[in-house]
Amino acid sequence: MTSTALDYSNADLRALLLGLPGVDQIGAEGRVAMLGTRSIKTSSKVFALDLAITMVDLTTLEGMDTPGKVTALCAKAVHPDPTDPTCPSVAAVCVYGDLVGVARSAVGDRVHVAAVATAFPSGRATLPVKIMDTHDAVAAGADEIDMVIDRGAFLAGDYLKVYSEIVEIKQACGSAHLKVILETGELKTLDNVRRASWLAMLAGADFIKTSTGKVTPAATLPVTLVMLEAVRDFADSHGRRVGVKAAGGIRTAKDAIKYLVLVKETVGDAWLTPDLFRFGASTLLNDLLQQRQRMTTGHYSGPDYVTID
Amino acid sequence: MTERVEVRKTHKLFIGGAFPRSESGRTYEVTDSSGTFLANVAQASRKDARDAVLAARAGTTAWAKATAYNRGQVLYRIAEVMEGRRDQFIADIEQGEGVSSKKAAAQLDAAIDRWVWYAGWADKFAQVAGSSNPVAGPYFDFSLPEPTGVVAAVAPQQPSLIGLVSVIAPIIVTGNAVIVMPSPVHPIPAITLSECLATSDVPAGVVNILTGAPGEVMPWLASHADVNALDLTGIVDAGLAADLEREAAGTVKRVRGPKPDADWSATPTVSRMRAFVEVKTVWHPMGV
Repeated sequence: MTSTALDYSNADLRALLLGLPGVDQIGAEGRVAMLGTRSIKTSSKVFALDLAITMVDLTTLEGMDTPGKVTALCAKAVHPDPTDPTCPSVAAVCVYGDLVGVARSAVGDRVHVAAVATAFPSGRATLPVKIMDTHDAVAAGADEIDMVIDRGAFLAGDYLKVYSEIVEIKQACGSAHLKVILETGELKTLDNVRRASWLAMLAGADFIKTSTGKVTPAATLPVTLVMLEAVRDFADSHGRRVGVKAAGGIRTAKDAIKYLVLVKETVGDAWLTPDLFRFGASTLLNDLLQQRQRMTTGHYSGPDYVTID
Repeated sequence: MTERVEVRKTHKLFIGGAFPRSESGRTYEVTDSSGTFLANVAQASRKDARDAVLAARAGTTAWAKATAYNRGQVLYRIAEVMEGRRDQFIADIEQGEGVSSKKAAAQLDAAIDRWVWYAGWADKFAQVAGSSNPVAGPYFDFSLPEPTGVVAAVAPQQPSLIGLVSVIAPIIVTGNAVIVMPSPVHPIPAITLSECLATSDVPAGVVNILTGAPGEVMPWLASHADVNALDLTGIVDAGLAADLEREAAGTVKRVRGPKPDADWSATPTVSRMRAFVEVKTVWHPMGV
């Protein structure tokens, strides 16, 4: 595949992105608040909890990650609740590039291995370094790459730089899926979130992801709504389904279910699959498991009944 | 001059140091002994109980680590703050229980004194409940009490204040956190007490007060895997007590059985404090 970087000039991209309709922030907040109050009945909750578990990218992205910690996390990814064999596996484990080999040998092909690449989380490195970073992770066995966009270039209006970086990284990924992290907490406005979503999708992203988890605010419902709308509109106009990953700050099963309601109401049932919607989280899984135990045992569970990561 | 509009109170729950409404939105009316309306009181649901357990778990983590001396000071501070609200407490008890103001004042004095009594025990209980044990080996072997964790308790129906304080104080003095259901018929002193607790250096979540029906809420707490012990002191219905104990067995909780008509005016013993501690024994090598 040849580079498509020449498909657009910066002027084309500016015209296209700045021509997108503006986001009604109050309206977006009102809509997610309204959807957040929806009552979820017991049978739906059982379904939603299992679905949410299969959508989790179980993540550890700390300077103090050890091979032992990653191995333990992988065991949890495959069997989140060892006391209950009916509990599904999560979608993927998400680690730094140098730990991909450890994760891959621990999970085999039972769950995906996602690696953060391209000088995560800041993205402040030159393109050759970012491409090397990506090649390295793919060679070690990653089948999903989470890249960060150059927010500095985006905010400066140099959309072509952001676009061509994504195109290059997409090529470097080969057959691995590419998730593009917009870091919405640094984009400041929902208009920018909509533009960055379109930019990433035009450049070939398989997923667009809210945040690195290292910046506050991370994933929020209004931001995810805007991204889901962009994905819906992109599917309508370009015929390609792009996934969304909400990452960072989602800690409770209740929050996760609010996101699932948002997905269903914005893009429909087709997106209610781990292939098109993911949660990037670490502590969320424990709450999902406790709520799942609550549904299976009939009484409330506690943190003593799930693993400490 | 126009007549002043009456402020009719709707009291809320006390969870994690805050005063939320019941998640269910329900309230019930509380009347005085002659049936006159006193206030609306929040009626806790199982979800409020669940929230209270989360708050209590967070509360006990810090509270158990505080020094015993510091816990004693905090308990004494509760007594001080209650002293400043004498008139309100006396009116609460007088209206609710229909007793004379003299009797109500006597109950308040006893309740304040009970805090002071338990405050004194804070840094002495370990000496009484702990021990150094003679063992056949080169070890210094000693046992000491540690808090059980999160305790769900039901306070007696009456007397509404001294009964409540006598249940809460021995649980928290050793470092536990408590979720307590006060008397459903006379809950107002418990609400005034929660206002004192919120302003007396008690860390958030150490005491959580759920007004409402114990028969509705307690089964959820009895089966909750993150509750470590039950204090069923105020349960009158023997069938309910048996059910709760059975539920508690599922996660091997400690259970202190019902004693709704105990004499709360008598000076307590250490038995309530002993009921909610775990004994840790340490074998320390000696002479090496």
